[in-house]
Amino acid sequence: MAAANHYLALAALLFTIGLVGVVVKRNILVVFMCVELMLNAANLTFLAFARHQGSMNGHAIAFFVIAVAAAEAAVGLAIVIAVFRTRGTLWMDEVSSLKN
Amino acid sequence: MADRAELFVFWLFAIPLVASALGVVVARNPVNAAMSLVAAFFFLAGIYVLLVAHLVAFLQVLVYAGAIMVVFLFVIMLLSLHEEDLKPARLKAIQWAAVFGGFGVLAVLATAIRDSGILHWKTVAPDFGTVRAVGRLLFTQYLLPFEATSLLLLVAIVGAVVVAKERI
Repeated sequence: MAAANHYLALAALLFTIGLVGVVVKRNILVVFMCVELMLNAANLTFLAFARHQGSMNGHAIAFFVIAVAAAEAAVGLAIVIAVFRTRGTLWMDEVSSLKN
Repeated sequence: MADRAELFVFWLFAIPLVASALGVVVARNPVNAAMSLVAAFFFLAGIYVLLVAHLVAFLQVLVYAGAIMVVFLFVIMLLSLHEEDLKPARLKAIQWAAVFGGFGVLAVLATAIRDSGILHWKTVAPDFGTVRAVGRLLFTQYLLPFEATSLLLLVAIVGAVVVAKERI
C-alpha cells in the first residue's frame, strides 16, 4: 500500500517532535531549530496532498514556506544576537523582563 | 512491486529522519542539534523526491541544509557558548503538561489520518514537480505572492541588519 497516509503520519510525528522541542528546550537557538522542524512537517503535508490530488499548488505553497522560513531565520537569529549582546545569555527563562 | 519498492525507500528515509529529528531535541550541545537538523533536512529531501517534488527537494537541500543551517552554525559559533548554557534543562510541571499536550496533538492527528481512509495517489503528468512546471505556476497563478515574497526577504534583510548591528 503506497498512499499518502504514510507521509501524513510521518509529518504528524515530525510536527510533534518539533512541538515538544519548542516547549521543552530552554536554549533559544534549539527552540528555533525545532520551529524549523515544524515548518518542514507542514511542508511535507503540503507535498503529500499535492501528490494525492495530482495538483502542483502544494509545491508553490512549499516554495513560499521555504522563503518565509529563510526570512524568519534571518530576523530571528538577529534578535538572538541582540538579546545575547544585552543580556549575555541564551537561556530563555532569564529573558523575561516583559513578564513583570 | 513498484509499491513495495516505494515503501522500502520510504522507510529507508523515514527512520533516519525521525532519529535525527529526535537528535535535535535530545542533543545537549546546540552544535550537535544543528548537525542533526542538517541530516534531517537531507533525509526529508529524499522523501520529497519520493513525492515527485523535485524542485522542492532541490530547494530543501540548497536553502535549508545549505543557507539557513550555515547561518545557524555561524550564530552558534559567534556566541561562544559557556558551560552553563549547556546544562540539562530542568523541566517544570507546566512543561511536562505541555509535553503531554504535544502527544495529545499527535493522537488527534493520527486519529484524523486513520479515519480519512487510504488516500491513494493519482496518476500525475510526466512534468509533475519539475522546475519548468512549478516555475510556470509560480509566475502565472502565484505571481503576486511571489513578488510579495521578494519584498518580505528585502524587509528581512534590512531588519536583520538593523537589529543585529550595534551602531548604524
